[in-house]
Amino acid sequence: MYRIRFHGRGGQGMKTASRILGTALFLEGYEVQDAPRYGAERRGAPIFAFVRADDQPINERGIITRPDLVIVADDSLVPVPAAGVLAGVDEHTVLLINSDENAGTWQHRLNLRCRIVTLPAEAGDRAELRFIGATCSGAAARLLGNISRESLQQAIGEELADLGSAVVANNLNKALAAYDSMQAQAGCVHPREETDASAYSRPAWIDLPFDTARVSAPDIHAAANSVEVRTGLWRTLRPVIDYERCNRCWWVCSTFCPDGAIRVEDTTPEIDYDHCKGCMVCVAQCPPHAIEAIPEQQAQEAVT
Amino acid sequence: MTRRLLTGNGAAAWGARLAATDYIPAFPITPQTEIIEDIAAWIDIGDMPARMVTMESEHSMITAAAAAAASGVRVFSATSSQGLLYGMEMLYTVAGWRAPFVLVNVSRGLASPITLEPDHNDIMAARDCGFLQLHCATCQEVLDSTLMAFRLAEDARIRLPVIVNMDGFYLSFTREPVEIPDAGAARRFVGDYDPENVRFRASSPVSQAVAVLGGAPYSYFRYESHLAAQKGLAVYDDLSAEFAERFDRDYPAIEAWQCEDADIVLVMLGSFATKARAAVDRLREAGHRVGLLRPRLLRPFPAETFRSLLSGKAGVAVIDQNISMGMGGVLHSELAGALYGQPDMPPRLLSFIGGLGGRDISMEEFFEIAATTRKAVEDGHTPPPRLMYTEQELREIRKLQAVASVEREELDNSGGLNNE
Repeated sequence: MYRIRFHGRGGQGMKTASRILGTALFLEGYEVQDAPRYGAERRGAPIFAFVRADDQPINERGIITRPDLVIVADDSLVPVPAAGVLAGVDEHTVLLINSDENAGTWQHRLNLRCRIVTLPAEAGDRAELRFIGATCSGAAARLLGNISRESLQQAIGEELADLGSAVVANNLNKALAAYDSMQAQAGCVHPREETDASAYSRPAWIDLPFDTARVSAPDIHAAANSVEVRTGLWRTLRPVIDYERCNRCWWVCSTFCPDGAIRVEDTTPEIDYDHCKGCMVCVAQCPPHAIEAIPEQQAQEAVT
Repeated sequence: MTRRLLTGNGAAAWGARLAATDYIPAFPITPQTEIIEDIAAWIDIGDMPARMVTMESEHSMITAAAAAAASGVRVFSATSSQGLLYGMEMLYTVAGWRAPFVLVNVSRGLASPITLEPDHNDIMAARDCGFLQLHCATCQEVLDSTLMAFRLAEDARIRLPVIVNMDGFYLSFTREPVEIPDAGAARRFVGDYDPENVRFRASSPVSQAVAVLGGAPYSYFRYESHLAAQKGLAVYDDLSAEFAERFDRDYPAIEAWQCEDADIVLVMLGSFATKARAAVDRLREAGHRVGLLRPRLLRPFPAETFRSLLSGKAGVAVIDQNISMGMGGVLHSELAGALYGQPDMPPRLLSFIGGLGGRDISMEEFFEIAATTRKAVEDGHTPPPRLMYTEQELREIRKLQAVASVEREELDNSGGLNNE
């Protein structure tokens, strides 16, 4: 059985990417299972998605703990513990990272013995960000080596049909280019040996100790602690105010901001980037169009 | 017949569509599911000639469902977790009306603390309300069970509402190959709804607002509902056999996997049971005679079938994805009740609890469950129920608690807590 895991941020199209790959494998005659996994839905938060493919009906479900292929659409997720990008990655796994740093750098940085393949990062270019899901699925299809160009093409057509032919065509171009770019690595992903029931590592079960309610009730004692949660990390697009254009209306952007992340000081609005989730409501609402949306990565590079 | 990739939610919607449902009352907000979105989209473009009405709560939704069923139309609805609990008062009430309809529940763990991931405590809370329950393990089964549920609910001997249960995420958001039955064939299988004497018309009003009853008449109605639910076993056997004949997919009341020559049998509900099935295959390869029983019917409880399938077995491990605080696994207790004191029953009946809030049950844990049961058989001693939790998981909790306790100390020192 092939076990494939996608990692990205909410809004980057990982669910769609997993479905494109799932459909392509299904078209190739495999039994398939694909599923996204996320908590409370939110843009920019780490999400992951699974694809399993086998030549017989699939009984296994849920979390993939020993992946054959891991696809990372956003390299900023690698160091985020909650994203669990490297969970179960071993020398058998192929790790595909969308990054403008090369495979050697990642190999050195992560000190992993697995094969690392990089997709030349395009996320920095805002116009390309929309296609990262399709790009990842195209590259993954070629790394698996069992999906024809035609099946990939058909899968994208089916999965994106509701979005219209122009969107399909753009995604198709990106996916096929990524597919072709992986030619040298085609077929480098292989299913691993199934777990052997006669030689397995026993689960370290414990008898859960009793804790009093003072310890074991799920209470939060810290007041106003939402400030500590830097929801700004979820942002993929950053709203940036052009103070030349801002007419100091003092209220529109700050009122519409659903997170109260815009403060107005003497009629001048200021965005709290630690807590702005990048929803772009302010960008849409600003009457003089004084707020621009810039890809987060690009914005960070400009600052540093 | 076409085979395509479909989520459990999509499969449930197809079931409602193929059963030619007339009316779908729906609470449209969280925790409602895509089932209702799919149906709404079909109604909107004219693919499904039905009426959908959005309600302000699950409580109203279930009331509307039963009221419509009592007026002689075929009714479908869906909910999940907290929504099912919010409608709980009406689940009990409408089951007593004996007006049949089908409700899909997407099983998820309950608050508090809150989770979005699956376990069976929500559906177990509805165990005693009078609805029959069908539990699914695959997306195909969700579609097929929805069709069968209408037959079961509407059968003249039963006339009770039916819940079709599927696990959140593991089925609801997971796509698998699903064969969508031919519309005509599905329609012929489900048949027409004959509301008989429950049919409410303007010209012949009927009231469900029964007078307040004393113990004996009250008991009569409760016992009759119970007897009708029990009839469900025979009715289900007949209709699932008919389904198998028509569609070539067999859904016995209890799915038995590699059980015939097994010494050790795992018992599990729902989609996690397919993981157990995979584990059984691995264990068989390693030479262990292990099998799996997966009840599809939980209400009525197929006690007699359990007894015949488990007769002569050495050990049974029940894996409950639910927990009754202060007692343990619900399925374990129910099975113990069915087996106790009967001849040739397995001497060892072990309880394992896991998979709460979507917590994974690993392949190694299934192997260990089988090994623990084997050891219990050899030792002639039943170990206490196992709350599946690993050292590593506790370590992670302890780390979070350490962080929280530092925070608390700081608060205490700064007088934060004293202000309360």
